[in-house]
Amino acid sequence: MNGVLEDMDAIAIANAHIRPALSRALQATGRGVVLAAAAVLSLALLVATTLATAFILLGVGVLLLPLLTPLVRRLTGLCRELAAHSGVAIATPYLPERPSEPGAVGWVQRCRSILTDPASWRDLLFLLLNVFVGFVLGLLPATLLVYAVEGLVLSSGFWMLIRESGVDFWYGFTPMNTWPRAALGALVSLAVFGIWVVAAPGVVAGHAHFAKALLGPGERALIASRMRHLSETRSDVINIQASELRRIERDLHDGAQARLVAIGMKLGAATRQLRTNPDVAETLLVDARNATANALEELRCLIRGIHPPVLAERGLEDAVRAIALESPIDVDITADVPGRLAAPAESAVYFAISELLTNVVKHANADRASIDLRHEDDALRAVVIDNGQGGADASVGTGLRGIERRCATFDGTFVLNSPEGGPTVAILELPCALYSPRTSSF
Amino acid sequence: MRVVLAEDLFLLRQGLVQLLESYDFEIVAAVDNGPALLDALVTLSPEVAVVDVRLPPTFTDEGLQAALEARRRCPGLPILVLSQHVEQLYAKELLADASGGIGYLLKDRVLNSDQFVDDIRRVADGGTAMDPQVISQLLAGRSRREPLSMLTPREREVLKLMAEGCSNTAIAQRLIVSQGAVAKYTTSIFGKLDLAPADDSNRRVLAVLAYLNGTRVDVS
Repeated sequence: MNGVLEDMDAIAIANAHIRPALSRALQATGRGVVLAAAAVLSLALLVATTLATAFILLGVGVLLLPLLTPLVRRLTGLCRELAAHSGVAIATPYLPERPSEPGAVGWVQRCRSILTDPASWRDLLFLLLNVFVGFVLGLLPATLLVYAVEGLVLSSGFWMLIRESGVDFWYGFTPMNTWPRAALGALVSLAVFGIWVVAAPGVVAGHAHFAKALLGPGERALIASRMRHLSETRSDVINIQASELRRIERDLHDGAQARLVAIGMKLGAATRQLRTNPDVAETLLVDARNATANALEELRCLIRGIHPPVLAERGLEDAVRAIALESPIDVDITADVPGRLAAPAESAVYFAISELLTNVVKHANADRASIDLRHEDDALRAVVIDNGQGGADASVGTGLRGIERRCATFDGTFVLNSPEGGPTVAILELPCALYSPRTSSF
Repeated sequence: MRVVLAEDLFLLRQGLVQLLESYDFEIVAAVDNGPALLDALVTLSPEVAVVDVRLPPTFTDEGLQAALEARRRCPGLPILVLSQHVEQLYAKELLADASGGIGYLLKDRVLNSDQFVDDIRRVADGGTAMDPQVISQLLAGRSRREPLSMLTPREREVLKLMAEGCSNTAIAQRLIVSQGAVAKYTTSIFGKLDLAPADDSNRRVLAVLAYLNGTRVDVS
């Protein structure tokens, strides 16, 4: 009975540990073979690109370099992709392509932007080193596997066939010419197999780290891309802010201000009529009172658009609950935000969620939505899901584009997944600190 | 009638004091911050309190929190909450204890002083006064759902006034119909919404509000 149980345990352990390890090793070996092939291509591209660069002065290079560079970048892109499978993420370091003029001028411009991009030169260095590193590291796992399998096949009896032809076949440190030696060979090949299982993923990951050192963005490129991001988002912020102020100015000018003037005029007229025509004066006073109520209502709407009072009073979670209560569809809210966010972040997330929920009501044809808010790892994550028809596209809707841009100014991200037929999932992530809640005095 | 008043803006506080005094209310305390309000509510036990939601020191919902806390300590203490904006969320919290004597109005309602003073008196008597805007938001939020959609337009009007806190007499006056007609409407509404009819007008309002809030508070 015990024996059976132990067997079952052994099977379970095999399923839990050995199988994944084997599949990891096999996948790594496969990637290694691709890497080795890439190493061979590296050599070809290295030679071609070096020649093209050298021939720039002769003119031929001006034509060749812009044609070769995309091929080089495709190869390095493949290496980055393979590195990602080994768990090493490598960002693309190239400067964005500038628009170039047609004709010969354009070719020269393209050459110049390739040559002035430090990443191009690092690519070239990668090609040079990868010819050797990629080939050796790439083929090592496959070699180990082949060697292990070879040993197993030979020791199972094939050594006798070879022996008949009169040659002693050496496997590792033993010639395979007797059964005991074949058994020894089998042990050695099992050991090699073990080494393959353990080492293959590591060897390929080693190549990934080597690639990261050269194919990832250098410090200069990192700073450049950060600068680009900052200046883009800064101009977005300035534009958004300016248009918001313009809108508020217009609303106050055409709304509250105009209404106050009207109220003042009504009161003036009422004052004139007070003695001679009290009935008319009373009507005018009632009118003035109603106009005050309208002006208040308008101001209330305006304030909601600037900074909703419930957000100021209660913070993000309750403000989102307040929108949900006013929504015509059922909205479930789960939240884990133990504190208050910085006011700008709070407001950005609030308006984003408000916009998303409005979209759900207007376009999604949904009858349920759920909102999840939580603060983890110094970032706020908001997930809005609806059961509507899907098909929302962030690149088309101006509202969704707006959310994306506002998020970007906080170094945040906005991801929309809305397959045709639904459901739509919108995920908003904003890095921001959490302050202790502003507790009231009770 | 002894009133505690909490409002941080000097002009508005003075205006409210003058308004209430001209209607023969006795202002026992007019405070301008949350802690002083809670203190006044608990120690002076006024017959009614008029409270602004946003008060110092935090300028958040200090007034609302003080009101809720005071009602936890002295259940049923009549409080009328005033605000520049109304939120269903706050209405829900104020109504949660279902003990009546609660009001929640926009500050705009002060403009119509007769109606405003009526509302204060009703709250002091243990009734309710909900801002029409809260009610219309509640109705709009649930309008797609059964069985509210089964109500006739006239019944919805009656339901709205009922939820604001109006008695049958007041509803009859506002809609210019007989009291008997109003009674017929209310019976029909209670039947359609599956609510237990009650004679006590406060219970009636709370039942309606609980229904609209989707909380189904047992008010009997």
